[in-house]
Amino acid sequence: MSEKSVMKSGSNLERVLSSGHFAVTCECGPPKGADVEHLEKKIELVKGCVDAANVTDNQTAVVRMSSIAASSILVKNGVEPVMQMVTRDRNRIAAQSDLFGAYALGIRNMLCLTGDHQSFGNHPKAKNVFDLDSLQLLDVVRNIRDQGVVNSGDPVQGGIKMFLGAAANPFADPFEFRVIRLAKKIEAGADFIQTQCIYDMGRFGEFMKMSCDMGLDQNCFILAGLTPLKSAGMAAYMNKNVSGITIPEDIIKRIRGVPKANQAEEGINLLLEQIQEVREIPGVAGVHIMAIEWEEKIREITERAGLLPRPL
Amino acid sequence: MIVADPKPFLQVKGYLENFGKVLIVGCGTCTTVCLSGGEAEVQILASGLRIAFGKDGRRKAILEDCVQRQCDEEFILPVLSRVESEGIDAVVSLACGVGVNFLADRLGKTPIFPGLDTTFYGAGMQQGLWAEMCAGCGSCIVAHTGGICPVARCSKHLLNGPCGGSEKGRCEVDPANIECVWQLIYDRLKRLGRLDELRNLMPAKDWSTASDGGVRRTTREQLYELK
Repeated sequence: MSEKSVMKSGSNLERVLSSGHFAVTCECGPPKGADVEHLEKKIELVKGCVDAANVTDNQTAVVRMSSIAASSILVKNGVEPVMQMVTRDRNRIAAQSDLFGAYALGIRNMLCLTGDHQSFGNHPKAKNVFDLDSLQLLDVVRNIRDQGVVNSGDPVQGGIKMFLGAAANPFADPFEFRVIRLAKKIEAGADFIQTQCIYDMGRFGEFMKMSCDMGLDQNCFILAGLTPLKSAGMAAYMNKNVSGITIPEDIIKRIRGVPKANQAEEGINLLLEQIQEVREIPGVAGVHIMAIEWEEKIREITERAGLLPRPL
Repeated sequence: MIVADPKPFLQVKGYLENFGKVLIVGCGTCTTVCLSGGEAEVQILASGLRIAFGKDGRRKAILEDCVQRQCDEEFILPVLSRVESEGIDAVVSLACGVGVNFLADRLGKTPIFPGLDTTFYGAGMQQGLWAEMCAGCGSCIVAHTGGICPVARCSKHLLNGPCGGSEKGRCEVDPANIECVWQLIYDRLKRLGRLDELRNLMPAKDWSTASDGGVRRTTREQLYELK
């Protein structure tokens, strides 16, 4: 298990969290191609508003620019990346090799994920890998970092420092196992956690209470995941179609209750309230704002939430 | 058992366009049980081919056979001699892929075509429904998962519990038809009072015993010694 007090990579995100500040991360999804300009525009939109930005790894199994390359472009443009890595597309050989490459390019935060099944993406006929699951990837990377050995036991040339993250979904089933799984991820090496988007604040509160009762917040920084709703349609769609996300009826009603033209604004208002709510929940060390293809709102959100300027 | 599904009829017909005398061979074991390659299915396919080629105005001899097991030499010897003595131009096998391969290795110059798509190792759940139960990974872990296999029955082969796509006991990949195996494992271990099993990190699996380790052979030492 990791010690929160021992610096793992010295990344900006880690330093913000370690010094007790309420952290803010967001997402910066790479383009569906090599359009660097498009990515750089997104980077400019979030620069200075967050402590680090997650760079997704072919999210929902749709082919995009690699998260390593895109993360490296973030580094060059002055925004610290949290490089996501999924085990769906790479075996342990590729995962470790990609980790070395990422470190060499200046990447210091990594989020270890299993990844969405390819049947949800644009290549449903692809063969998947899943040589490792997300916990095993954490374990492998942690051993490289702390023991200096790859999975086979061979030594690593030169050190690798990486602040290691994982995801947690308090809203999937079986609910009682969700905290055990979180504990296992921390045991496997997670230094920080970003949760799935939270709409059911009651269930999240319960999840956090169970986590704190087990002392998990003492060994790991937990960032609450939030996604602003752009419209009532989006809320209804997510509630119906995205597994592991439930949006309470009163939230859908609230967004539906305002004219279409104002629904996005109401979504932002709701998000700002949610940010304040999660700040009050013991054990929550920050927020992870997933403004899906809505990066232009990150500045306004963080500003209005009183999260600016960022500490470091 | 090994489960296999019939290939689309027109695909099989397409294989046979250029052959005059065709032998369709069924298998009396797994594919008979899963209703895709037994004696009855041989008759159905043969009749269909006769009708279809007849409609095209083409005369072909479509012969039928079915053996107990296409994966054992003693059962296929009669088929091999029949191919030789009756001048068969092509064989269609309604066994799983094992049978097709085993025959192909022994058929000399006679072409063979699969009549089925072999799918998985499974069990009959109810009439007309079979489900995957084992992935043949060569190093069984179900002692730790209540006898239920996540390698075969989790869409992502996860070994450390359910992903975020487990909802109300169903798998997000196809909620209507796939159960979340980790929900099943959780419920079973709970009944067994062994939930503690789930707290342990299952480390990276050794896949070298699966097909990833190269083509597999297995022996019984009293009978055979590997080189």
